[in-house]
Amino acid sequence: MATRSQDVEYLVKKEYKHGFVTDVDSDTVPPGLNEDVIRLISAKKNEPEWLLEWRLEAYRHWLTMQEPKWAHVRHKPIDYQAISYYSAPKSQQDGPKSLAEVDPKLLETYEKLGIPLHEQKMLAGVAVDAVFDSVSVATTFKEKLAEAGVIFCPFSEAVQNHPELVRQYLGTVVPTGDNFFAALNSAVFTDGSFCYIPKHTRCPMELSTYFRINAANTGQFERTLIIADTGSYVSYLEGCTAPMRDENQLHAAVVELIALDNAQIKYSTVQNWYPGDKNGKGGIYNFVTKRGDCRGENSKISWTQVETGSAITWKYPSCILRGDNSRGEFYSVAVTNNYQQADTGTKMIHIGKNTSSTIISKGISAGHGQNAYRGLVRVTKTAENARNYTQCDSLLMGDKCGAHTFPYIEVKNSSAQIEHEASTSKISDDQLFYCMQRGISPEDAVNMIVNGFCKEVFKELPMEFAVEAQKLLGVTLEGAVG
Amino acid sequence: MTSTAVEYYLSAFTQQKGKFIAPWFSDQRRAALDSFQQNGFPALRQENWKYTDVRSITKRNFILTEKGNGSVPKNQINSIRFNELDCHELIFINGHFSSKNSRIGNLPDGVILESLVIACDIHPDMLQKHLGNNANYTIGAFTALNTAFLHDGAMVYIPDDTVLEKPICIFYLSTETKHSFITHPRNLLILGRNAQATVIESYIGIENADYFTNSVTEAVIRAGAKLEHYKIQQESEQSYHIGNFMAQQEKDSRLESHSVSLGGKLVRNDITSNLAQPGASVTLNGLYMARHRQHVDNHTLINHLEPHTKSEEYYRGVLDDHARGVFNGKVIVHENAQKTDAQQSNANLLLSDNAEADTKPELEIYADDVKCSHGATVGQLDKQMLFYLRSRAIEEDKARSLLTYAFAEDVINRIKFVPIRKRLEDLVIGRLPDAALIREFAA
Amino acid sequence: MLEIKNLYVRVEGKEILRGLDLKVNAGEVHAIMGPNGSGKSTLANVLAGRSDYEITNGSITYQEKDLTEMSPEIRACEGIFLAFQYPVEIPGVNNIYMLKAALNAIRTYQGKSKLDAIEFLNLVREKLKLVRMKEDLLNRSVNEGFSGGEKKRNEIFQMAVLEPRLAILDETDSGLDIDALKIVAEGVNSLRSRDRAIILVTHYQRLLNYIVPDQVHVLSEGRIVKSGHRELALKLEEKGYEWVKQEADAA
Repeated sequence: MATRSQDVEYLVKKEYKHGFVTDVDSDTVPPGLNEDVIRLISAKKNEPEWLLEWRLEAYRHWLTMQEPKWAHVRHKPIDYQAISYYSAPKSQQDGPKSLAEVDPKLLETYEKLGIPLHEQKMLAGVAVDAVFDSVSVATTFKEKLAEAGVIFCPFSEAVQNHPELVRQYLGTVVPTGDNFFAALNSAVFTDGSFCYIPKHTRCPMELSTYFRINAANTGQFERTLIIADTGSYVSYLEGCTAPMRDENQLHAAVVELIALDNAQIKYSTVQNWYPGDKNGKGGIYNFVTKRGDCRGENSKISWTQVETGSAITWKYPSCILRGDNSRGEFYSVAVTNNYQQADTGTKMIHIGKNTSSTIISKGISAGHGQNAYRGLVRVTKTAENARNYTQCDSLLMGDKCGAHTFPYIEVKNSSAQIEHEASTSKISDDQLFYCMQRGISPEDAVNMIVNGFCKEVFKELPMEFAVEAQKLLGVTLEGAVG
Repeated sequence: MTSTAVEYYLSAFTQQKGKFIAPWFSDQRRAALDSFQQNGFPALRQENWKYTDVRSITKRNFILTEKGNGSVPKNQINSIRFNELDCHELIFINGHFSSKNSRIGNLPDGVILESLVIACDIHPDMLQKHLGNNANYTIGAFTALNTAFLHDGAMVYIPDDTVLEKPICIFYLSTETKHSFITHPRNLLILGRNAQATVIESYIGIENADYFTNSVTEAVIRAGAKLEHYKIQQESEQSYHIGNFMAQQEKDSRLESHSVSLGGKLVRNDITSNLAQPGASVTLNGLYMARHRQHVDNHTLINHLEPHTKSEEYYRGVLDDHARGVFNGKVIVHENAQKTDAQQSNANLLLSDNAEADTKPELEIYADDVKCSHGATVGQLDKQMLFYLRSRAIEEDKARSLLTYAFAEDVINRIKFVPIRKRLEDLVIGRLPDAALIREFAA
Repeated sequence: MLEIKNLYVRVEGKEILRGLDLKVNAGEVHAIMGPNGSGKSTLANVLAGRSDYEITNGSITYQEKDLTEMSPEIRACEGIFLAFQYPVEIPGVNNIYMLKAALNAIRTYQGKSKLDAIEFLNLVREKLKLVRMKEDLLNRSVNEGFSGGEKKRNEIFQMAVLEPRLAILDETDSGLDIDALKIVAEGVNSLRSRDRAIILVTHYQRLLNYIVPDQVHVLSEGRIVKSGHRELALKLEEKGYEWVKQEADAA
């Protein structure tokens, strides 16, 4: 046993690789939040009046709300007046016209993160929107996508160039008053990605957004809106990192997905925000609202997430299965090590007829990590023949961590068939011994077992990301074998 | 601000004050009442009451019953008895002990089986030592009310190394139809080291009786002891029933709880087991059947506090018409509780388009060397099974009854004590159409 | 006894039977053969009245009555018996009581008196011998925990007790070893009589070594494409189903 726990220790000790800071001149508004700050953000982005009003309405609503307390996480109160709500590299103030105009320092940053923005160097077939603090600094392959009629651009650009689409869909999936953090985001969001796939179009490449928090004492509040029109298909990836800092930083994003008749959206996340150090100091508070609306018949929304970073993760990518025969999926791997805390899961709201959903959640806890799955499967009265299958498994590594499962199942239609299974276990001595007897090192053995545990989720990720996710998992769990 | 509902109970307390039993208990009564006043009744926004709205109880002014009211015909008493069962029997009518109907019978040396009122007189030390130790009124309004208004109930004490062969049957019969009343039955079960006992709590109301039963049972199960506990709830369909059962389990002790809930308009059963020492184990089985507009909520909480503790839980619900069934099973494996084994399962059968099921199996785990799992399902009768039976000439309605029974029977079958199993089978069959056919199958 | 005309059946939106014709007279044994997915099991289930099988065209007449109008239990009472390909397990429902309820329902429908417990038990004992089934299986839940072979034997045992007029055996032979197969065949043969018809749905001709059919039909893509006698089954075994398909396509 002693050797084993040492092995685990060893495994959990790798450092966060993306913790560097880029030294750029930034235009950062002073900390604090009030209507003037919101007007300032709106003005900087040259927004139309209706959007400013929308923000202010959200802000006024937010003032009446309280931070949710139900999640299985603990943190010191957040001082919303100590956060700066806008920070943009000065060099980017007018917005880049092309890649050639992007500040080389920023390009270098993304290169270091393994996301080269030069198209010739890029992963073929992946278009990237790079968001640096509050603004989008570059979007690649825009022209190529435009040929297919696909709109993929920073959110603030969409507000200028496609206001009718933004106005039609913004806030229709996550209303401004949906929850505390969504209301905050609606008031102060700065940038994010916008994506529209026209009717009967299969998006010719993977779309991706790479989020980077750089400036200190800022929050990142991005807003993503993806609309898949009738008969279209898109696969979208998102990645995130931040520098190592002792203070906690808030990231409160909102993602809205809309799938119309026969449309499909596949949304994958590899979340690797700075998790804090091994004593739990610093790290990102990742309080995110993600929701997809299967508005059309036979539509499908599939969420895949690999959550390895952040000090605290609070997110529930959800599907509203409104259209008949629509389908929602949620595949998740969430890892908490050291003092990380995660309260994550999904909601599947069955409204249309013959709707189905699948939830596969894999939680891994190590160190002092606390990992909770929280999920809701609701079958409303109108949802004839709804089907859900849920499986959530937890793996425990070490005796100081926790794994929790809070599923809510609410069924108001007797034709529903709902099945939920959950299990919690640790890596068994037998499994480890078997591998070691075959000459495999304990680290590799743990990696193998953990990867096997997560396989059902990884196989849902696009190829390059799956490899990345596996590596990330190994790094996050380094030193965790016990 | 105190709500009218809370106010009502506060003034009832003041009126009742002079009549309470056990003066030494008055501090606890007061403390419980204060706690109730502070916290009020639970609301839907509270996680534990998310699916059960108690406003239909709190807006009513139920009155406390006086002792000695109404005589109940002998045949009515006989009809509720387990006639086929040789047992020690306590009968309470409208909340008060009826010594003339009870048959306590001969007890082994040292065993105490009395109503609380009588026990106050003859075993005050024992009562003082144990009463209220395990029923935490600070976390529940209804337990607080029960403690504040405590008037009668059963006391069971089994000394060390004593095995009580015959089961104890405690009947709470509600017969009053003239006015709406409330009772607060309180049971105290103490099993000494290596003691064994079977206790059956049976709550029965006559048709149309409109009342509220607010019961609390606290149990201490000492090292090596074994308690088999049954709760059979057949209140009138006009009535309200809130029942709390709290067990404290010591080393290698064992609790087997079977809860069958059939009656009541609004029912809430809470069971808590604290596995407080190594080797303690608990099995919670439950069946809830609801029809018309019945609402039945089962909450269980198992605290694994020490290593090598084990829990198994198996609940099934059958919901028809506009009924709503709620299951919330929480298992907490505390830091120290390595080698915990916790399994839980809940299955719900929806028989009608308007029935509703809400289920929430929860696991909170703070230790790593554990084996925990839970499963929950909501569905309807299996189409293939139905077709198979129909292709064997069994009419659709009958096939449905048969499969419904088979579904419920899966819980009843876990009862090893044959006379009780038979009785419960009978009750379940009685709830279904085509009882005769099913009886033949069950034979 | 049974006449199927131009039958079209849809299952989950997919057309499985496409214009099937079949006539079976009392006293005859018909074998329906065909490759996987040809619609054999669909035919068996449609005859027994499974609800998710939608008849979009055609007719089924059984003893001068429209079979499609009848519920599954009425069909059973009218003497139709399906030995299932995959008999479902029904936990909590006792095997022998289910059979007793079935038998008495059928007898009542047919105007006969119900059997009392002793008469029923005698009948059961007699029929058990026929299929050499262990008696302890009777008191278990229907098919629960039975092996594959035990399930199939239980089906034949039920058939023997219920004495149907038209028995449909859906791949009862698949998954059986040779000894079990012989027992099943003996059971079926003992039921052969002048006023009873049997339809054997099977993939292999092996079973036909033990139960000699009066007619053999080949089902392909939802229709009967060839009919013949025993020799047809042997030829199928030798040449495979492709051969019939090609011939049918050519025609």
